[in-house]
Amino acid sequence: MSLWGWVLLACAVSIATKFLGFLVPAKLLDNPRMLRVAGSLTIGLLAALTATNTVASGQALVVDARVVALLAAAVALWLRAPFLVVVAVGALAAGLARLLGAA
Amino acid sequence: MVLLQSPAVRVALSVAIATGLYGLSFGALSVAAGLTLLQTMALSLLLFSGGSQFAFIGVIAGGGSGVSAMSAAALLGIRNGVYGMQVNVLLRPSRWRKLPAAHLTIDESVATATGQADPDEQRRGFWAAGIGVFVLWNLFTLVGALAGNAMGDPARWGLDGAAVAAFLGLLWPRIRSREPAAIAVVCAVVTIIAVPLVPPGVPILLAAVVAAGLGLSGLGPATEGLEPDVEPYPSGPAGSARGDA
Repeated sequence: MSLWGWVLLACAVSIATKFLGFLVPAKLLDNPRMLRVAGSLTIGLLAALTATNTVASGQALVVDARVVALLAAAVALWLRAPFLVVVAVGALAAGLARLLGAA
Repeated sequence: MVLLQSPAVRVALSVAIATGLYGLSFGALSVAAGLTLLQTMALSLLLFSGGSQFAFIGVIAGGGSGVSAMSAAALLGIRNGVYGMQVNVLLRPSRWRKLPAAHLTIDESVATATGQADPDEQRRGFWAAGIGVFVLWNLFTLVGALAGNAMGDPARWGLDGAAVAAFLGLLWPRIRSREPAAIAVVCAVVTIIAVPLVPPGVPILLAAVVAAGLGLSGLGPATEGLEPDVEPYPSGPAGSARGDA
């Protein structure tokens, strides 16, 4: 399937997930286990995406300017910078690190 | 006018502006990941869930397959199903309003609504935040994608560093105690170990399996990790905005 197919399928799954929530009887909300799975999935996936985008290059592990970006973004978040500033800091840090010779 | 005097609507507008603006980074990163302008806009218009959209393009940017990207987006979207149940109980939308309400069910609209005590305010907060974020998120996705297209080589501008920062920025507000931090560390380690061993994109799905297992085994309080990307009530004590007292 082409990338377009996967884009549209992801959109369809998203719409279905949201809508199914509206059809589920409220009783299921009393089940804290479901909430916990949804919460830990979110955390785990975002952590995994942060990790791959920092050190993965295809199937190789690479330490390069992106690690500098990660550290700079962490400092910005720790200082309570808004999301867009954090993203800009990450780009700036990676750009500067590369200018200074990081791969 | 009653709408502008509504505290929920005022919160919703500030949330819409803050969230909408980061559509800029999504648009730019999406075209840098290799998606076309139309594919980028399709994600913002139809998928419409920031974390899932970043997940999709994050997997594609790393060389992952379409099925891995779609799966990561779908798994990250599961919390929207949980939100859907909450919104349905909270707002009791009439039948014909369920579909638009479902589409507008995201971190920000749910957080704005659940942070209010009065049912009318909850309703106004949900719709104002949902519609406001939808309009601005799509507008700024378009601007970001056009700007990204004009920038040429993404690495020269540090866009790969921007992607790293964006994911950390989405993860950060969800880590407020030791348990979510432990889940994040375990999943990051599993991912890094798996990268050389399996095709790109698959390590993220392995991490999802581990995370679901940790959730099932009962690590941490029930609502951990369901915090919004943008805190609608930043001055309040942590957790109070979600009405989970």
